[in-house]
Amino acid sequence: MTLIEFFIVNQKDILGCLIRHFQLVGISVTTGMLIAVPLGIFLTRVRRIAPLVLNFAGMIQTIPGLVMLGFALLLFGIGLLPALLVLSIYAILPILHNTYTGITEVEKSYIEAARGIGMTDSQILLKVELPLARSTIVGGIRTSTVFTVSWATLAGLIGAGGLGDLIWTGLSTYNTNFILAGAIPSAIVAVILSGLIHLIQKKLTPRGLKGVSA
Amino acid sequence: MIKFENVSKSYGESKVLKGLSFQIKQGDFVVLIGPSGCGKTTTLKTINRLIQPDSGKILIDGKDSAQLNPVELRRSIGYVIQQIGLFPNMTVEENIAVVPKLLNYPKEKWQPIVKELLTLVGMPYEENAHKYPSELSGGQQQRIGVLRALAASPPIVLMDEPFGALDPITRESLQEEVRRIQKKLKKTIVFVTHDMDEALKMADVIVFMSGGKILQMASPEEMLQHPADPLISEFMGKHRSALSVNAAMSAAEFMKTRVLKAARSMQTLQSIELMRNRDVNSMIVLNDDDTYAGTVSLDTIKSHGKAGRAIGEFMETTVPTVNLKEDARDTFEKLYTSPAGYVVVLNDDMTVAGLITKTSMAKAMGDALWGEMIS
Ligand SMILES: Nc1ncnc2c1ncn2[C@@H]1O[C@H](COP(=O)(O)OP(=O)(O)OP(=O)(O)O)[C@@H](O)[C@H]1O
Ligand SMILES: [Mg+2]
Repeated sequence: MTLIEFFIVNQKDILGCLIRHFQLVGISVTTGMLIAVPLGIFLTRVRRIAPLVLNFAGMIQTIPGLVMLGFALLLFGIGLLPALLVLSIYAILPILHNTYTGITEVEKSYIEAARGIGMTDSQILLKVELPLARSTIVGGIRTSTVFTVSWATLAGLIGAGGLGDLIWTGLSTYNTNFILAGAIPSAIVAVILSGLIHLIQKKLTPRGLKGVSA
Repeated sequence: MIKFENVSKSYGESKVLKGLSFQIKQGDFVVLIGPSGCGKTTTLKTINRLIQPDSGKILIDGKDSAQLNPVELRRSIGYVIQQIGLFPNMTVEENIAVVPKLLNYPKEKWQPIVKELLTLVGMPYEENAHKYPSELSGGQQQRIGVLRALAASPPIVLMDEPFGALDPITRESLQEEVRRIQKKLKKTIVFVTHDMDEALKMADVIVFMSGGKILQMASPEEMLQHPADPLISEFMGKHRSALSVNAAMSAAEFMKTRVLKAARSMQTLQSIELMRNRDVNSMIVLNDDDTYAGTVSLDTIKSHGKAGRAIGEFMETTVPTVNLKEDARDTFEKLYTSPAGYVVVLNDDMTVAGLITKTSMAKAMGDALWGEMIS
């Protein structure tokens, strides 16, 4: 059976895995965002403890994905939830890091002008800091998404499904078609999502900020 | 009116403001000047409470500013900084309207303000309102920075070296615009600079600070004439003498009085002899009553004068004359348009007081600028 034939014959299964993969990525990146952006903003208000938190988060990130999954497996057993938990934790760091640096790198003169003309702290955040940090924050979300797409293939190991399922099946049965049926779509998904976020990013950036930051 | 009462501020050990007390009248253009680090910015920022003094009071229209809500206070005081600080994510229009919007003005109210202000600085609304700051020149950006400070019509505007980063030509035109706007809109402006030129040009009152204290608070004229401290004189160095050249000097101070004069009846050969003896190439011709008649030069005698003729017959009357009390500027202009390269200085009774050549003028100005050079 050629690879193409394999794709045609198993299209239902592959599509199912693909959808599950999207779900894994979508849910964990969203969770990561919901935690990382507010936490990042909070850290910019308590800069003294910020390095501590960021270093801690960075440390967690260096724990290999397999080890984390192992822990999750031990703690929560097999299934979707432990996978989502681990993936969400991994999704946090790039967003947290970029939210924090994006805001702290906003030029002091804008903040001073904003405060000087009578903006409150929350107005400064909403009207000045977040808009100016937005492209950096979205950059973090993009990184996070691309990474999560590949990490999510590990989720198959603890029975959470997704394209990883195909890869692990292929690996355990020495079936290259299975491996490729998981690997190729996940690579494509990574490229497509990254491109999509980039596009949205460009659409949303006001003309005045274009070319100012990446 | 802004009133400082014994305002002090320290950072750790270093005292930055040492008991400042002074008053700013409504509608005055007040310039804070002084050496770097003397506390100008700190003083300015205590007014809109970006910095809280350790002790002392600042009264704004009689109200203790410490009792006012800082956010509301700042919305009622315009603020312009050197780095301009226009929000790059907002258009020109949004930047100007930012304070009115904070104050919840409806669009029907803030948009006409934006249009009017843009017209005020010669940047038509249609062309400029929808540009972003990055699409403007530095000078245009700071114009918008000034407009942003004016948009909610605050009676007081604070400016911290607003033109410090601009090239000299742009700076000059902005200085004029701000001065014009201030007069027109009757704002109280507190303006920080370290440029004495700028202070003298713009200020109604100059506050000279040093080491967290006020050395002198006076009008520019007063400060020029009676600087209260050697540091102030040093800061004003060139301006002091430039002013004395400009305003105080008259033709009398530029002229040389040892001038060769002759009656109009003097004969050609005799006059040539006289000029050669004195090593000059022209002389002044007088009427019989000693009033000024004209001039003759060796060249005119060579081309017109036959031996035995009276110089009065062919003398020239094209050399400009000035009165002894003529001011420096007009004298200077006449000197530079004089075909002979000098002007004749006359007393009130039309007798000759002396003459001014380019050399005598330059020497007198040099003396005024740098003290007596050649005695
Ligand atoms: N946040 C701060 N912490 C410690 N010292 C400060 C702080 N802000 C200002 N200073 C010090 O206070 C002094 C006065 O500062 P200020 O900014 O008012 O000076 P300035 O007259 O505006 O000077 P410049 O002409 O350089 O702008 C300086 O010696 C400065 O180093
Ligand atoms: Mg300063």
